[in-house]
Amino acid sequence: MKKSVLLGTIAAMGVMAGVASAGTLDDVKANGVLKCGVSTGLVGFAAPDANGNWEGFDVDICRAVAAAVLGDGDAVQFVPLSSKVRFTALSSGEIDMLARNTTWTFSRDVDLGFTFTGVNYYDGQGFMVRKDLGVASATELDGATICITTGTTTELNLADYFRTNGMSYEPVPIENNAEAMQQYLSGACDVYTTDASALAATRASFETPDDHMLLPEIVSKEPLGPLVREGDEPWGDIVRWTLNALITAEELGVTKANLEEMAAGTDNPEINRMLGTEGNLGEMLGLDADWAQRVIAVGGNYGEIFEANIGESTAIGLSRGLNALWTQGGLIYTPPFR
Amino acid sequence: MSEQSYVRTEMLSEQPAPLGQTGMLKWMRENLFSSIMNSIMTVVSFAVIILVLMQLIPWMMQPSWVSGSLRQCLDDPNIDGACWGVIRDRFNQLMYGFYPHAEQWRPNLAVVLMLVAVAPVLFDKLPRKMVWFSAIYPFLGAWLLWGGSAWTPILVVAGFAIGYIAFKMLHNMVGNMAMIGAVLAAVIWWLYGIGSVSAWLHSMLPIGIEAVPSSQFGGFMLSMTIGISGIALSLPIGIVLALGRQSDMFIIKTLSVGYIELIRGVPLITLLFVASVLLNFFMPPGTNFDLILRVIIMVTLFAAAYMAEVIRGGLAALPVGQYEAADALGLDYWKSMRLIIMPQALKISIPGIVGSFIGLFKDTTLVSVIGLLDPVGLIRTIQGSAEWNGLVWELFLFVSLLFWLFCFSMSRYSMYLERKLQTSH
Repeated sequence: MKKSVLLGTIAAMGVMAGVASAGTLDDVKANGVLKCGVSTGLVGFAAPDANGNWEGFDVDICRAVAAAVLGDGDAVQFVPLSSKVRFTALSSGEIDMLARNTTWTFSRDVDLGFTFTGVNYYDGQGFMVRKDLGVASATELDGATICITTGTTTELNLADYFRTNGMSYEPVPIENNAEAMQQYLSGACDVYTTDASALAATRASFETPDDHMLLPEIVSKEPLGPLVREGDEPWGDIVRWTLNALITAEELGVTKANLEEMAAGTDNPEINRMLGTEGNLGEMLGLDADWAQRVIAVGGNYGEIFEANIGESTAIGLSRGLNALWTQGGLIYTPPFR
Repeated sequence: MSEQSYVRTEMLSEQPAPLGQTGMLKWMRENLFSSIMNSIMTVVSFAVIILVLMQLIPWMMQPSWVSGSLRQCLDDPNIDGACWGVIRDRFNQLMYGFYPHAEQWRPNLAVVLMLVAVAPVLFDKLPRKMVWFSAIYPFLGAWLLWGGSAWTPILVVAGFAIGYIAFKMLHNMVGNMAMIGAVLAAVIWWLYGIGSVSAWLHSMLPIGIEAVPSSQFGGFMLSMTIGISGIALSLPIGIVLALGRQSDMFIIKTLSVGYIELIRGVPLITLLFVASVLLNFFMPPGTNFDLILRVIIMVTLFAAAYMAEVIRGGLAALPVGQYEAADALGLDYWKSMRLIIMPQALKISIPGIVGSFIGLFKDTTLVSVIGLLDPVGLIRTIQGSAEWNGLVWELFLFVSLLFWLFCFSMSRYSMYLERKLQTSH
C-alpha cells in the first residue's frame, strides 16, 4: 500500500512537471509581472534609489517591455544578477529577459543559445589617465602600468591592442570597479581601462575630475543590448520591437510630451502605424494596437531615456557619440514599422 | 621583666602600600613595562595606535551627515573626509532592503518576538511555559516576514498533527515503521494539501497581512533571516548527525558519515551556486521555488555538517564511564542521550558551537555573489547609484560594525553560558 502511495506521489509530480509553459508571453501575462534581470548596480544603467525604485538606462528598457505587454511600466520584478549567474538565470527561466549591459558576442549568441534583440548602447573599451602624465593618445602608453578587471573581455582586448601596436605594459589585476578606483587614485597604476561609459561615470565621482582625462582611442566593440532565450521567437519579437519603437519614436519626433497629440493621428503614416491608429502591427505582435504608445509613455523615446539616465545633463555626462541616431552620424538605426 | 622599658599598647595604623606597588603604577609596571623588551613593545604599540587614531578620528568626525551625494561632500569646503550622508540616505535600505516602508514594523516585531522566544532557551530562570511560545515562533516569525494568509502557518503546524495521527493509525498495523508513513503523510500535506486548503479557508474567512515576496528582502534583515534560520535549524540536525555518526547501525552510520564528509568537502559558495542556478534546471518549468528558501536550506545543510563534527567532539570527550553509567541505570538509548550524554557533550562543545554560529552568520554575506542583496551586496548596489558612486570606506565600516555588534554579543553570551554551566572546582 505504501509503495502505491509513493508511486502516486511521483506520478503526481510528473503530471505537474508536464504542465509546461506555453510561451514566455503567456507566462508574463499570467504572472502579471515581467521578471527582468539587471545589474546589481551600475551607474546610470541600473541601480535602486533610496526608496528601492530601480532606475537607469537598462531598467527603462525593462519598464518599456512591461508597459507593452502588461500595460504598466511598474509591473516589473527586477532581479539583480551578478555577471557570473546572469546567463544561467536566463536559460533556466528564472527571468523573462536580461537587460544587463551585456555585450553581444558570437559565442553568447550562437553557443549559449540566446537571442540578442538589438543594441541599446554601443560601448567600447577606453583608457583613463591623469592629465599630468602628459599622454594624449593610447599609442604613447608603452611601458605603462594598467589597472584592469580580471576575467573579462577587456583583459583580452587590452592584450590584443598592445600586441598589435608593438607595445608592452604592466597589468595590475583588480576585481571590480570600486577597487580599481582606489588603486588608480592611489597611484598603483598609471592607466585604468574598462568600458568607456564606466570610465566616464568613475571619473565623475572623483574629487577633482578635471585632473583626469579619457584618451580618444576606443579599442574594442561592445554593443550592449537586451537578450532573451533562443527558441521563443514571438517573445523575442516583442522585446526587439519595443526597443525599435523607442528608437523610431526619437527618429520620428514622438516624445513623451507630444505623445497624446501624435496618437490622435498624424499625417505621417509610419507614426500612425507604430502608434496603432493605422494598420494592425500590434495584433501581429500578439498585443493590442496601443502597445507602442504605452512604451513611449513610460520614459519617453530613446533619446529622452538616454538624456535622463546617462546623458550630458547627468553626473555621468556621456555624449551621444556612436549612440546618436543614424541621421545624426551615429549607429542607432531600426528597420521600418511597416 | 622590669627591664622592659616600652610596650606598644595600641595597633599601628594601616599604611598605604608603597606607591610602586598599588593601583595604576603597579599594573603598568607588571603588564606594560615588566622588562626592557616589553617596554619597547609598549611604546611602539602606543605610538602606532595613536598614529592610526590621529588619522582616523579627524577623517570620521566630519559634518557630512546631511550631504545628499558624494559630489556635495567633495564640493563642501567644511568636509574633508568621510561622507556619512550615504548612511543616512540608505540606512533604511541597508537594514530592510526593499521591504515596503509601511510594513517594516513586521521585521522589527519579528526580532522582538524572537528575543522573547529564545529567552527561555538561553536563560533558565524564566517560566518553563514560555517554551511553548518558542515552539510556535518559527511559524509566527516566518508569517510576519512573508505575510499572506494567516491560515498558511496554522495549516503548516497542522501538518505535525496530521503526521501524528498517521503515526497512531499506522502504528497498530506496521509498528515502528509507522514513522515513515507519518513523515510521508506530513510531507504530502505540506507539498500538496496546504495551498488549496489555505486558499479555501482564506476565501471563507480572510485573515492575513500583506504578502511580501522574497525578492523584496534585503539588507541586514536578509542576513538575519538566513543566519538565524540556519543557526536554529543546524543545531538539531547537527545533533542527529553526530549521534548517527556514532551509531552502531550500519546504514545510519554510513549515511551520516557520507553526508558530513560530502558537505564538508564542498565550499559553501558552490552550494549557493547550486541553489541559485542549477536547481532551476532540475525543477519543472514554471515552478517557483523561493530563492531565499533555497539558500536557507543550503546554508542549513552546510552548517549542520560542521555542527555535527563539533558535537561529535563533545561526545568523544565524554569519559566512557558516563555511557556505562547511563546503561547501568537501565535507561534506554534516547533517555540516556537526553538525560546523561547530551547535556554534558553540549556543554563541552559550547565554544565550538558558538564559533560555528558566528562563522555561519558571517558566511551569509556570500549570498551577495548570487545576486541577493545582503548588506555587502547592497554596497555594490549603492555604489551603482549616481549619487554615491565612488564611496567605499563609509559603507564597509558601517556594515562591519553591524556584523561585529551581532557576533560580539553572541560571543559574550557563550562566555556567560560557559561560566554558568561550569561544574568543576
